[in-house]
Amino acid sequence: MAHAIDDATIPIHIHDMTVAYHKKPVLWDVDLAVPEGKLVGIVGPNGAGKSTMIKAIMDLVPKASGWVRIYGQPYARMRQTIGYVPQRESVDWDFPIRALDVVLMGRYGHVGWLRRPGKIDREIAESALEKVGMADYRDRQINQLSGGQQQRVFLARALAQDARVYLMDEPFAGVDAATERAIIEILMELRSRDKTMLVVHHDLQTVNQYFDWLVLINMRVVAAGDTATVFTEENLNKTYGGRLTLLSDAAQAVADHQRGVS
Amino acid sequence: MPVWDSTFQLVLLGALLIGCTSGVLGTFAVLRKRSLLGDALAHAALPGVALAFMLTQSKALPVLLTGASLSGVIGVLLIQVIVTYTRIKADAALGIVLSVFFGGGIVLLTHIQQSAVGNQSGLDKFLFGQAASIVASDLYAMSVMVVVVLVLVGLFFKEFSALIFDPGFLASIGFAPRLVDLLLMSLIVLTVMVGLQAVGVILVAAMLITPAVSARFWTNDLLRMVLISAFIGGLSGAAGAWISALAPRIPTGPVMVLVATGVFVVSAFVAPSRGLIARWRRLRGNHWRENTQHFLRACVELQEQADTDLSVIALTDLAQVMHEPLYRVRRLAKHLAKNGKIESTDEGAKLTTKGYDDAVFVLKSHRLWEYYLVYRSILEEDHVDRSADEVEHILTPQIIERLEAILVEENIDVENVTSIHATDSGFRKAGQDA
Repeated sequence: MAHAIDDATIPIHIHDMTVAYHKKPVLWDVDLAVPEGKLVGIVGPNGAGKSTMIKAIMDLVPKASGWVRIYGQPYARMRQTIGYVPQRESVDWDFPIRALDVVLMGRYGHVGWLRRPGKIDREIAESALEKVGMADYRDRQINQLSGGQQQRVFLARALAQDARVYLMDEPFAGVDAATERAIIEILMELRSRDKTMLVVHHDLQTVNQYFDWLVLINMRVVAAGDTATVFTEENLNKTYGGRLTLLSDAAQAVADHQRGVS
Repeated sequence: MPVWDSTFQLVLLGALLIGCTSGVLGTFAVLRKRSLLGDALAHAALPGVALAFMLTQSKALPVLLTGASLSGVIGVLLIQVIVTYTRIKADAALGIVLSVFFGGGIVLLTHIQQSAVGNQSGLDKFLFGQAASIVASDLYAMSVMVVVVLVLVGLFFKEFSALIFDPGFLASIGFAPRLVDLLLMSLIVLTVMVGLQAVGVILVAAMLITPAVSARFWTNDLLRMVLISAFIGGLSGAAGAWISALAPRIPTGPVMVLVATGVFVVSAFVAPSRGLIARWRRLRGNHWRENTQHFLRACVELQEQADTDLSVIALTDLAQVMHEPLYRVRRLAKHLAKNGKIESTDEGAKLTTKGYDDAVFVLKSHRLWEYYLVYRSILEEDHVDRSADEVEHILTPQIIERLEAILVEENIDVENVTSIHATDSGFRKAGQDA
């Protein structure tokens, strides 16, 4: 893709990125330029590197090579333009904290070290909770919420970040139908305000309906572009066909070699 | 009664401070699932105490605690190294480091005790703790450390809670979780060191863990948990110092831990909602509800079968249908009569309007669920009744509505569902003859 490294019109620009866990590559040579104002699905089999890609964009996992730019800038300088919804299972929901306090965490990036969220932050958090239909649950302890409600709280936290780009890791996993509808409505509303969203997704049946742009990955980007052109049987076969492809065999070989196991 | 003099006040104050600080930091350690690390830290501190004395011949608290901190931290880092560079898992690594350091500490300590100067060193108090050995200068040193620790916890409360709840998110907004974690760990180290003299290396971790887990029973709010834990810690510390002062040969650490454990046991039982008794009552409540619902359902089922207007139902018949002994059915009848669901007469039970409505609701959930399972071929017919028995109690009106909608879609007569149950197992799969 022939974009300049500092092209400030591209919300997420990934170039030649390889990510490895314990020397074992999980993403190879990713090139991607996500256009602004799109609701983008990331789809691929388990272990394809979907979460890893999102984490690598935010520097949460080290890159073996390549670079990522957010509106032409390194992530560290653009943190406040990004909102993040991690996988719901990645945290301990028995932690003693109220729903509103979780949403307030979305303001921490703006508040900074040592200072406490102020009145305005509180108002933003409350209206985010309201947006996801959880206003009545603001003082509820998070361990008393259902899976769908927990997911809504996570979404509210990302909304409180007041970002331009949202990265979401499986926001539809294990939620009830009503929550799924509520979430997709919010995502579409965000899109209408020109926000860009990168959403890891599992359910192939809803891909056409939800996303206008699609990234199919299986350790590398198989295809990326408008859903209408990318979401084809041929591409899906390439993405899902044969889990143990040459690529993952090679990755294992690289890992073994580096660790000195033969 | 210990003598209430300035020495004793000093000791009490020291024990109180230690207890409170352990309670506060313990909350974070426990929630971060680092409680055992505190234990390793404390045990690994012992050789540091001994070495610091051997090198300086001083038994000033700051000197000894510096040695203790150094060897404690080396021990913890060693665990990290072992886990990173070998295939040994964290628990085994912790066990190895803890016992090796503690063993080494004991050897050094014995060596010191046997030497001329060592006799009076009183280093052995670091094993089980001796709050009575706290002198004014110790208290000053402790107070400074405690103030530093508590102020930092106050300042970084927001960072610590976010670190424990969702470190990935904290990293994404640029807060360097490693740095926050390092700070938290350092504060835990300081807390353990402050407690060493009074509680002893063997048990100081218990003062970190026990107040915090007790506090967890009482609240679902982090700030409250910190405060309750500080209170329990302070109480245990002061009570431990007090009791051990009654008989000077009793070491303070074990007494403090016993008091804290007492609070823990009480909390585990009587705490509202999270406590064992509350849980047991909830379970029993469910049980009662299920049994009374069975009772009501059996009433209408018997009425249906009799095919006449059977207004009074014999308890013996109910017992038979419900497969329950008669005395239990009597007890249920009494309970239901009290709630106005039935009228109890000499001959048996008679449903009130309220009871009848309840019964019909239960019956409806039961049968709708049966239909759903069979028509969806999820279960074979003879398995269905049991499954419906269990599920009918938890179906909410919303779920029932949805079930009805599904069954209506599949052309099943939902309206008459309560009167279809004519034969014993009730219904036939589509296409089957009765």
